[in-house]
Amino acid sequence: MKKYKALGLVAGVGIALGLGMVVSAPAHAQATLDAVKKRGKVLCGVSPVAAGFSYADNKGVRRGFDQDVCRAVSAAVFGDPDKVESIPLSTNVRFQGLQSGEVDLLSRQTTWTFTRDNSLGLDFGPIVFYDGQGIMVPAKLNVKSAGELGSAVVCVLPGTTTQQNLEDYFRPRNIKYEAVVFENSDEWRNAYFTGRCDAITTDRSDLASVRAVAPDPKAHVILPETISKEPLAPVVRQNDANWRDIVSWSFYAMVAAEELKITQANVDTFLTSKDPEVQRLLGVNGDFGKMLGLDNKWAYNVIKGVGNYAEIFNKNVGPDTPIGLTRGPNKLWTEGGLLYSPPFR
Amino acid sequence: MTRLFYDLRVRAVLYQVLAVLGVVSLGWYLASNVSQKLADQNIATGFAFLGREAGFVISTSLIDYKPTDSFARALLTGVLNTIFVSTLAVVFATIIGLLVGVARLSANPLLRALAFVYVEALRNVPLLLYLFLWYGLIVTTLPPVREAIELAPHVFISNSGVTIPAMNWTPAHTKVLLALVAGAVLSLAVRRRMVATRVATGVERRVWPWVLLALLGPALVALLVFQPEITIDYPEKGRFRLTGGAHLKPEFTALLMGLTLSASAGIAETVRSGILSVNRGQWDASRSLGLDRRLALRLVVLPQALRVIIPPLTSAYLSLFKNSSLATAIGYPDLVLVTNTTMNQTGQAIEGIAIMMLVYLGISLIISLFMNWYNARVALKER
Repeated sequence: MKKYKALGLVAGVGIALGLGMVVSAPAHAQATLDAVKKRGKVLCGVSPVAAGFSYADNKGVRRGFDQDVCRAVSAAVFGDPDKVESIPLSTNVRFQGLQSGEVDLLSRQTTWTFTRDNSLGLDFGPIVFYDGQGIMVPAKLNVKSAGELGSAVVCVLPGTTTQQNLEDYFRPRNIKYEAVVFENSDEWRNAYFTGRCDAITTDRSDLASVRAVAPDPKAHVILPETISKEPLAPVVRQNDANWRDIVSWSFYAMVAAEELKITQANVDTFLTSKDPEVQRLLGVNGDFGKMLGLDNKWAYNVIKGVGNYAEIFNKNVGPDTPIGLTRGPNKLWTEGGLLYSPPFR
Repeated sequence: MTRLFYDLRVRAVLYQVLAVLGVVSLGWYLASNVSQKLADQNIATGFAFLGREAGFVISTSLIDYKPTDSFARALLTGVLNTIFVSTLAVVFATIIGLLVGVARLSANPLLRALAFVYVEALRNVPLLLYLFLWYGLIVTTLPPVREAIELAPHVFISNSGVTIPAMNWTPAHTKVLLALVAGAVLSLAVRRRMVATRVATGVERRVWPWVLLALLGPALVALLVFQPEITIDYPEKGRFRLTGGAHLKPEFTALLMGLTLSASAGIAETVRSGILSVNRGQWDASRSLGLDRRLALRLVVLPQALRVIIPPLTSAYLSLFKNSSLATAIGYPDLVLVTNTTMNQTGQAIEGIAIMMLVYLGISLIISLFMNWYNARVALKER
C-alpha cells in the first residue's frame, strides 16, 4: 500500500497547497529554528528504506548516514542528537514535503542539481556525500562495461536524476535500451533480483545498499563506469538563511572534527586544547553559537552526540559494514579527497 | 421590496446567483492564493515546461516517442497508454461479466457455484493486491528471459512476457485491415436488411452466404489490389533479450488481467441483477411462444434487462478507467507514472496534478456522455 500512500501524499500536498495552507513557510529570520525549538524536535525527511543511509533496525530505530546528518542538527539545536522525528518520503514527494513544511530538512540521498536549486524554492546545504551513478548487473551475465548493455532492460526509480542520466549516457553512445520504471523501491529491487531487468541503476552508494540486501550479494557486480556526478546534499527551504546555516555548519563541524582528529570518544580531552580553532569550534572561546542562535557548545554537542565524519561514514556505510563502501572522493581534502570545511574563524 | 423578496421565483434565482458567486469567488481566492504563495517561495509556475525536452524513456508507447521529445508528448504517451489498457479491459470485462452473470443464474449447480466463487473472490479483495499478485506470479514463477521457455516454435514465454513472431506491418496491410472493418460493417447492414425483409414478407432465404460475402469480399478485393507482402519477424535470442517479434510485457499483462477480472466480477453482479429484474412472466410468455431458454434470454430478457444494467455499468466503466492509475505500482507507464516523473523532473507538482485531473475528468465525462446516450436509446420509449 506504499504506493497508495505516496499518491495520497502528492494529492494531499497538492490540495494543501491549493487551499493556500502553506502556513509553515515562515517569513522572518530564525523562523524555522523557533518552530523547531517550540516543537522540541527536528522533522527530518528521509528515505523509506535505504540500507546504510536510512532504515529501521530490528528495534524499529532509524539508523544510517542520512539519519546521522539529521542527528547532528538535533544535537546542535537541542544538545541531544535523538530529538529527530524521521518522516520517510518517496523520491516522488520529497520536495513537496519540504516545500509544504511537512519536514524541516531533507536528508535523503538527494542530488544537488541546477534545476532543483533554482526552480523548487529550495536551497541545498553542503555536499555530504560525493556519489556517482553506477549500473549493477548479475555476475553471471559476464558484462564487463556499460557499453555492452545494448538492448538490455534496466530497472530505474522515477523522479530521480538517474532516469535522465541514463539517457544522457546511452544516447550519444547510440546504445538502445529499455527502462522499466517502478514507483516503489521494493518492487524495483525485486524486479531486478527476479531477472525482469538485466541491470539496475542508481547512485553507487545506493547500489551497494541494494547489493547488501540481495539473496546472494556476491552474484552481482557494479560496473566500473560512473555515468554521472551525484553530489548528495541536505535540502532546506530557501527563505530561511539562518536555518540553512545551522544545517550546513552542523555538518561542517563533523568534517572539521575529523580534520582536527577530534572524535566522539576524545572530544572532552580537547576542551583544554591550546589550538585556537579547536577552542572556537568547541565553544571554549568566542561566541559562534550565538551567531547561529544556538548554545555556544553546539559543535561540541554534535561531536559528542554523533561523532566526526569518519565515524559516521565508517559506522553506517564503511568497509566493515555490509554496505562496504570505501571513502573514495569522500576523504578529507588533506588526504586527497573532496571533503573540505570552511574555517571556523 | 419585501414582497419581491418573498416572491418564490425571485428567491430561486437569487439563491442560484449567490451560489455561483460563492463558488467563483472561492475558486478565484484559491487560485490567487496558490500563485502568490508559490511566488513567495520562489517555486517555478506555469506550463512552459511542457515544451521542454523530457529526456526519459517510456517503456511502452503507442505513438512514436523518443526521449528527445517534449514533456507534452511524454504526457500524451501516458494518456494513450491509460486509454489503451482501460479500453481493452472494458471490452474483456464486459464479455466475461456477461458470461459469468448469466452463469450465476444457470440451472447447472456446478456452473452456478463456480460463478459464485469467481465473483466473491474477485469482488472482495482490493485491486492493488491483485495487481501485486498477478505481477508477482508472472515475474517470480516464470524463468528469466535468458532461460525463456519455448512454448511452440518461435513462441517464448519468460518473466519478461510473451514474445511471438510478428508480421512486418506495411501501409498495404493497414488498407486490407480497413477493408476488413468496412466488410464487417457492411455484413451487419446486409444481415439487418435481410432479416427485415424476412419479417416483412415471411419468405425464408438463406442469410449466411450473403453475410459472409459482405464480410470477406472487400478484404479479398483489397488483398488482390494492394498485394501486401507477408514477411515474418521471428524473435531471436540476443545477448540479453529476445529481439524481434511482438512482445507482450508483464506489466501490461498484469494490469490488464487485474483490471479485467476485478471489473468483470462487479459487472457479473450487475448483469445478474438486471436479468432478475425482468418479470418472471416474460420468461413464461417467451416459452409459450416456443422460444428455448437461450433464445428467450437473448431476444426477450436481455434487451429489457439492459435498462437496469446500463446505469451501474457506466459506474463500473468509470471506476475501471480510474483504477488503471494503480498501474504505477507495477511499472506500466500510464498517465500517472509519466506525470509523476514529469513532476519530479520539473518540480511543478500543482501543474502536474492539474493536468492529471483534467485528463481523468475529461475522459470520465466522455464515457458518461456516451453511456447516457446509449441508456436513452435502450430506455423504455413512452409514446
